[in-house]
Amino acid sequence: MKIDSIINGIVIDHITAGSGMKLYGLLGLDELDCSVALIRNVASRKTGKKDIIKIDADIPVSFDVIGYVDPGITVNIIKDGVITEKKTIELPETLTNVIKCKNPRCITTVEQELDHVFKLVDRDTKTYRCIYCEAKAE
Amino acid sequence: MKSLIDILDLSVEEIDSLLDTALDIIANPKKYSEVCHGKKLATLFFEPSTRTRLSFEAAMMELGGNVIGFSEASSSSASKGESVADTAKVISCYADIIAMRHPKEGAPLVASMNASIPVINAGDGGHNHPTQTLADLLTIKREKGHFDGLTVGFCGDLKFGRTVHSLINALSRYTGIKFVLISPDELKLPGYVIRDVIEKNGLPYLETRSLEEVMPELDILYMTRVQGERFFSEEEYLRLRDSYILDTEKLKSAKEDLVIMHPLPRVNEISVSVDRDPRACYFKQVLNGKFVRMALILKLLTEAGTI
Repeated sequence: MKIDSIINGIVIDHITAGSGMKLYGLLGLDELDCSVALIRNVASRKTGKKDIIKIDADIPVSFDVIGYVDPGITVNIIKDGVITEKKTIELPETLTNVIKCKNPRCITTVEQELDHVFKLVDRDTKTYRCIYCEAKAE
Repeated sequence: MKSLIDILDLSVEEIDSLLDTALDIIANPKKYSEVCHGKKLATLFFEPSTRTRLSFEAAMMELGGNVIGFSEASSSSASKGESVADTAKVISCYADIIAMRHPKEGAPLVASMNASIPVINAGDGGHNHPTQTLADLLTIKREKGHFDGLTVGFCGDLKFGRTVHSLINALSRYTGIKFVLISPDELKLPGYVIRDVIEKNGLPYLETRSLEEVMPELDILYMTRVQGERFFSEEEYLRLRDSYILDTEKLKSAKEDLVIMHPLPRVNEISVSVDRDPRACYFKQVLNGKFVRMALILKLLTEAGTI
């Protein structure tokens, strides 16, 4: 399968095979006008299989979302056909408006304007807790 | 702007210093009677809690300050749909410090993020109630003189009792504490409190269903109410209820210097006959609550540069 190279845009690489579609939705890529390619089950030397997303525009993407869904992903920023920046995304310390608090007693359930903010409390178990009510992220 | 939302916002050193200030206030009340002259405490109580509100108000008055506020959401702008953030910004224009009680968890944190004055969490749902914990700590300090090496028993509803979780959190930072957790299986201390607080600090603990069995080894007995609605069956509740009622008979095997505590209100979990026992300290806790709130108001207003 051949996908054209990007001149100016972003390549999200080393996505765990099968997570590409989830990331696609969470990043809101379905709402973009530019070309976006989601390539699934690409052969990978490291992991056997991986997903890749190519975005043919220099748009702001949330590294928090990427890190939360799949830490270890690489984000390549491409300008004039050359990789100008390469970032390996780790589990973010804070998640803002990535996931919602589901605790019915949390203040965020009645105050719709509040940001939903979660803090990483345990990196090993990938546990996040709501900063307001301390409920564990599901 | 320093606020108090969670007891863990305070370091051990800060807690020790607050307790020392409270002890000094008790010893020298006159010295503190005008320190907050001209300053205002706003008590924003979005749900009624008469005792906590009056404790804060009495504390501010004994410091020579004034009090404004409301005692339920229906008499505030919240009933018109105003957000906690906006309320905090508005009240910051009128008062020097806020004490907030709110039924939703995290509301005082939201207030502190938006206020330009210190905010004290006076209870947010079943979540945090740090000034109750400070009252508990001051009571232990006054009765025992220290925290290190104490065997502290918690009895009753250890699953939902926020005062229990919060006090365990605070005490876990002292050395040599042993916890004895007395409850029915349905109301045991949640696994994450044992794992993340007690075990993480390397402290010994014992879980048991029997108050009588462990009574002789306790230095502190912290009673809580076992509520019927927490049980799956009425039968089970009635069967267990009496075993968690403290009476003079059960106290016969207790140490002579045991300290009996309860966050109040009490329903029937401590027999009224125990009130005459010199080891009963739950009404002293109420008084200590006022003194430690005075110390806290002083600390936060001083750090804010208001006094």
